[in-house]
Amino acid sequence: MPEVKTYRPNIGAPRTPANEEPAAERARDFRPVDTGYTKADAVAEANRCLDCKKPFCMEGCPVGVHIPQFIEKIREEDWAGALETIKGDNLLPSVCGRVCPQESQCEGKCILGRKGDPVAIGQLERFVGDMADEVGKAPECKPSNGHKVAVVGSGPSGIACAGELAREGFDVTVFEAFFTGGGVLTYGIPEFRLPKAIVKREIDGLEQLGVHFEYNSVAGRLFDADELFNEMGFDALYLAVGAGLPRFLHVPGENLPGVYCANEYLTRTNLMHAYQFPEYDTPIKHGRDVVVFGGGNVAMDAARTALRLGAESVTLAYRRTEAEMPARLAEIHHAKEEGVKILELANPLRFLPGPDGFVSTIELQRMELGEPDASGRRRPVPVQGSEFAIPCDVAVTAIGTRANPFAKLCADVELNRWGLIEADEDGRTSNPRVWAGGDIVTGAATVILAMGAGKKAAASIAKTLLAEDAE
Amino acid sequence: MFQILEKEQYSEKVFKFRIHAPQMAKKAHAGQFLMVRPDDTGERVPFTFANWNPEEGWIEFIFMVVGKTTECLSKLNEGDYIKDVTGPLGCPTEITGDRVAVVGGGVGLAIAYPVARMLCEQGKQVSVIMGARNKDLLILFEQFAALPLENLFITTEDGSMGEKGVVTLPLARLCETDAIDQAFVVGPVPMMKFSTRTCREHKIPIIASLNPIMVDGTGMCGCCRVEVGGETMFACVDGPDFNADLVDWDDLAHRQATYRTEEAASIKHYEEDCACQK
Ligand SMILES: Cc1cc2nc3c(=O)[nH]c(=O)nc-3n(C[C@H](O)[C@H](O)[C@H](O)COP(=O)(O)OP(=O)(O)OC[C@H]3O[C@@H](n4cnc5c(N)ncnc54)[C@H](O)[C@@H]3O)c2cc1C
Ligand SMILES: Cc1cc2nc3c(=O)[nH]c(=O)nc-3n(C[C@H](O)[C@H](O)[C@H](O)COP(=O)(O)OP(=O)(O)OC[C@H]3O[C@@H](n4cnc5c(N)ncnc54)[C@H](O)[C@@H]3O)c2cc1C
Ligand code: SF4
Ligand code: SF4
Ligand code: FES
Repeated sequence: MPEVKTYRPNIGAPRTPANEEPAAERARDFRPVDTGYTKADAVAEANRCLDCKKPFCMEGCPVGVHIPQFIEKIREEDWAGALETIKGDNLLPSVCGRVCPQESQCEGKCILGRKGDPVAIGQLERFVGDMADEVGKAPECKPSNGHKVAVVGSGPSGIACAGELAREGFDVTVFEAFFTGGGVLTYGIPEFRLPKAIVKREIDGLEQLGVHFEYNSVAGRLFDADELFNEMGFDALYLAVGAGLPRFLHVPGENLPGVYCANEYLTRTNLMHAYQFPEYDTPIKHGRDVVVFGGGNVAMDAARTALRLGAESVTLAYRRTEAEMPARLAEIHHAKEEGVKILELANPLRFLPGPDGFVSTIELQRMELGEPDASGRRRPVPVQGSEFAIPCDVAVTAIGTRANPFAKLCADVELNRWGLIEADEDGRTSNPRVWAGGDIVTGAATVILAMGAGKKAAASIAKTLLAEDAE
Repeated sequence: MFQILEKEQYSEKVFKFRIHAPQMAKKAHAGQFLMVRPDDTGERVPFTFANWNPEEGWIEFIFMVVGKTTECLSKLNEGDYIKDVTGPLGCPTEITGDRVAVVGGGVGLAIAYPVARMLCEQGKQVSVIMGARNKDLLILFEQFAALPLENLFITTEDGSMGEKGVVTLPLARLCETDAIDQAFVVGPVPMMKFSTRTCREHKIPIIASLNPIMVDGTGMCGCCRVEVGGETMFACVDGPDFNADLVDWDDLAHRQATYRTEEAASIKHYEEDCACQK
């Protein structure tokens, strides 16, 4: 007899709103933008889900999180069960629930979205992830199988790979160049969007699984793959070094003091706590009129950070229009709500210094949208004679990153013409002992893709090494 | 945590630390640097490797007290720990000439010393030019004097030691007398800029070790960017050594001065109420 389901979704209920802090207040400090769902909110929202037989939402998720299943567990108030369900596919629900571009992934495909608002899958996932403090239990590890695996980089990709392997009984060491873990989750994405306590919880969790963390360890300088294998006793290596190297606009005046690239601006603030200067010793310029260039998540983070550092005006200048901005919708929405002004169709021509030598003015040019380019987005073309200038004492460029320059020093693996590592679906590189994944393979992408790549590579590493044992 | 095995004080403001760091000791080369964060609230600052011993597992760096971080470090003693030390970073110094002038000024002398020592060990003919504003700021004199140098020149701006004037005076003489076929310079920007000009006039190739402000030291943040030959380079991964003839000095000078007011605020805060001030 087929199982009889008695669940009736609460059709017509509006999407449960996020519990956001007032925009004017939150834009003045680094507190989280919203406090997340309460249990009652979560259950109410879970009751909106139609529990589709053919859940489109799952097709939208790059790692295929079993969305209706975990939502069902929320309805049953089985928090531990919900957590377990998600963790089968996504090891970082607290993180991904906060930072995934849901509108173009899971929520973008949710059937409810065709007529009204989709189920708040991100909020629910985040809620479940955060319940780990209450209900999470340490996953069981298989007994040690005697293999040692090195992971380079402690961003989402390295974390995912290390976690999976540790559970499978591997002895895992993560080498990280910085003095703390998390990669972009720690130094890039700000506290108000992703509290560092969450990242720390994930890393602590790995330590409990027996993963060793070696900080201050720059692979490629302190050791390379040959030494890992021949002298340090490792059997395999997973490279997850990210795509950190910043791109520049290459316009005059870009090196003036006061002109930052977003990586520096965000690293000073997030990793080095420059917003707490002088208690923390790393300084940052607190601009009055801040202009940020770019339209992605990084640009949004920089602009909203500038507000929190006390800027009077923050302008986000983008070459295309708001509709083409690659940032998460929520970030654009939050940024505008907090007071970031968006200057569409504007391209910087040069930065000009004031009498003190610091940047004081930016000259820009109007753009208009022309034919679609290779990415399918309409290409911005300059409008002749449309130059104009705006005042600015801090400028931040957030126009993308290139391959990490250490990738090639770490191991002898094939790179593509952008310097990114060539790897297949399973993360295998041209070197049979070396796997790679995350931004260093795909170029700057998303947390969930980096996480997924780490998980896949872990499976492939485990399979390869254990098959060798069987031989 | 990295333990200080040995602390040596060379003069009022100059110290040498020997740090326990076995893996780093195996990999260090002259011209490379490390980054230090003294404690959890500290800034990350770069220092050049002064010496290292892979057998005994230590590295050394020499530093001059100029601001908050270096002041804070100078208070640490043998047996104490530094929170974070990362390295080796940057590319090793490569000097192809056989008769080399090593020119150092101010704090740059701490960077010039290991290079001069390496060149001596390689059997090259090394002339050192030490420059400073006055006698008190002229650091590491005894250490340089102990090296088997061809020449050792000293210039001070006020004439309190050695020749009164700037390093380009003896540098020009070395160029003119054909005593050198290459130069290496490290120090304040004006000194590097004018040394470069002197060498250019005499067609002597010159390498400069640049010291922009750094944050990560691994090519991620772009803070250390310098303009060399019209290209944007990162001192922490592409350098710190560059063909001095191609460096945009004004650009470097401006960028170095970015945080002058904050540096002053930081030392003030430190002197007034910092916890490590004991
Ligand atoms: C400001 C910002 C905001 C973002 N916002 C979002 C968002 O909202 N949603 C989203 O999905 N994605 C977002 N992203 C993208 C996302 O963070 C990345 O795609 C993801 O972090 C990539 O993970 P990774 O593990 O490949 O690399 P990273 O997170 O870059 O981690 C790489 C780690 O390797 C270390 N490392 C590098 N070289 C070495 C070496 N030689 N030796 C040892 N360690 C080394 C680095 O220090 C770093 O810790 C954002 C990125 C930034 C910068
Ligand atoms: C590659 C490199 C190698 C160096 N090697 C040595 C060395 O062997 N011995 C030595 O005494 N000094 C060396 N320096 C200089 C040293 O890093 C600075 O003296 C130190 O950072 C000063 O910090 P502070 O907080 O004490 O002073 P502050 O008051 O903060 O600054 C004083 C000066 O130091 C520079 N500075 C400050 N912060 C940084 C930073 N994060 N990165 C780079 N420069 C900074 C500034 O230009 C400033 O003018 C080196 C610098 C570089 C870039
Ligand atoms: S991992 Fe991201 S895309 Fe997948 S369900 Fe969760 S929030 Fe949606
Ligand atoms: S598509 Fe929407 S309604 Fe259907 S199962 Fe997924 S979340 Fe629920
Ligand atoms: S110090 Fe950050 S890129 Fe060089």
